[in-house]
Amino acid sequence: MATKVVRRPELTFWEKLYLPQIYCGLKITFRHFFKNLGLHIAHRLGRLKHLRASITYQYPEELRPLMSRYRSRHRLTLRDDKTPRCVGCMLCETVCPAKCITIVPGEHPDPHVEKYPIRFDIDLGICVYCGYCVEVCPEDAIRMDTGILDLAAYSREAMRLDIHELMDPELRKPVNDCSLTFPHTCKVHGGDMKGSWDGIAKTAD
Amino acid sequence: MTGIDVAMMFGKIGLIFLMVLLPFAVYSTLVERKVSAWNQNRYGPNRVGPWGLLQPLADGIKFFFKEELVPDGASPLLFKLAPALSAAPAMLTIAIVPVTFPVLVEGRQFAMSIADIDVAVPFFLAMGSFAVYGILLGAWASNSRYSLLAGLRSSAQMISYELAMFLSVVTVVLLAGSMNLTEIFLAQTPNATLGQETSGLWNVFRFPVGTIAFVVFLIAAFAETNRHPFDMVERETEPVGGFHTEHSSMKFALFFIGEYAAMLTMSALITTLFFGGPSLFGLVASMESPWLRAGVGFAVFITKLAVFQFLFIWVRWTLPRFRWDQVLHLGWKVLLPVSIVNLLLAGALVVWGVY
Repeated sequence: MATKVVRRPELTFWEKLYLPQIYCGLKITFRHFFKNLGLHIAHRLGRLKHLRASITYQYPEELRPLMSRYRSRHRLTLRDDKTPRCVGCMLCETVCPAKCITIVPGEHPDPHVEKYPIRFDIDLGICVYCGYCVEVCPEDAIRMDTGILDLAAYSREAMRLDIHELMDPELRKPVNDCSLTFPHTCKVHGGDMKGSWDGIAKTAD
Repeated sequence: MTGIDVAMMFGKIGLIFLMVLLPFAVYSTLVERKVSAWNQNRYGPNRVGPWGLLQPLADGIKFFFKEELVPDGASPLLFKLAPALSAAPAMLTIAIVPVTFPVLVEGRQFAMSIADIDVAVPFFLAMGSFAVYGILLGAWASNSRYSLLAGLRSSAQMISYELAMFLSVVTVVLLAGSMNLTEIFLAQTPNATLGQETSGLWNVFRFPVGTIAFVVFLIAAFAETNRHPFDMVERETEPVGGFHTEHSSMKFALFFIGEYAAMLTMSALITTLFFGGPSLFGLVASMESPWLRAGVGFAVFITKLAVFQFLFIWVRWTLPRFRWDQVLHLGWKVLLPVSIVNLLLAGALVVWGVY
């Protein structure tokens, strides 16, 4: 019969007395207390700002620094003329495991580009933030580097980002105004095509 | 009893209630949270008012507007009575603590405790035993087995630590030769102006008996107030929330205030019994004007009180809990023999005239 005898370490007299050990523990917490107290006072006086007094973050005011590869809310990158870089190839819609991307492509006036998105919707309510759309994009047209984490909304419908919000991460719901200058369909205009290629397609050449 | 007696009585009650009991009992909650936060590298409450200073007020408002629940099968009267029973003894005990040096009013001396009684020590011990009723009744009346378990543990713990605490207080009484707390602290004051011959040493420095009595009293005080590391009553991992699991709204707040008031009372008693109360190595006592002496003495007393209140909080956020059997082991097999031997030694030293 394999028996393993576990030997508990015998406490020495001073350890049994507890008090020296308690003193050591109190010393540690006291050091932390005074260091943090001093730092809080120094911060109030505008000093020593580079030393943190706490490891927690005051969330709404103070955002935690994100890693550069952190996958946050999506955005569509732009060409120099403020039209989307996306060429409507549908690769991201195809690769998306959650099927949260909806693209309606249209014909681009520039023959070298072929297509552009008339509609580009991402439903954040079902997105799994896998980042496959970013990896698969041949044009570097979609990225997940906005650093936006607060995605709460009051309805599922409000979780659907359309092309306005995707092209301008600063924009927040509700989007009442459309300033995009190329033809597209959007909720603001009741699904109508708005904008024109006048003055845009020419500079693209 | 003349008009001056009545005026002094109300003055003392007002002073102790407004300057000692209320701010310490209320703001201890905030200090506790802030100290714990700073110990653990956090911020602590900082949203209500500047630096979170209005947090106790917000907590109070919240407690007032919370729904009051009485569980099915609870004993309604005792359930409602228990929080008051737990807060009252602690607040009553503060009445016997002298907050500063006696003052002279129209040629008469007034001791600066609300009740300057000669049986102060027995009174405090009686109130200490009384405190367990609030907890035990609250636990039993809520008809919850978790609460009952916590209440049973609490009563067993308080009864075992009371003995060691009583014996260490008796040591102090031997050293001071009086059971009146004013005389006990004056016995620790050099060149006391009350015509008393004293060595003027704080009891904690009367090695070895005073020091040992202080350590025993301090540990027993932690156990009596149900603070860490002896908070068998509300150890969250075992009997859910402890004896006040079923108590909500202001009833819960009253238990809370009771705990902090007990802490305050214990701090005040430690200060008076072992650290000379308002005296500071004869510096305060040697002041000529009695009113100045009383004022500075009060400030010294409040400072010492705050230090011990801080110690209670500091220890809570440093130490882990004892196991239940370890608590009783420490109480019965360590503290009780130590305090008995200490008492005998103190008696011998007093008889031989060392102290």
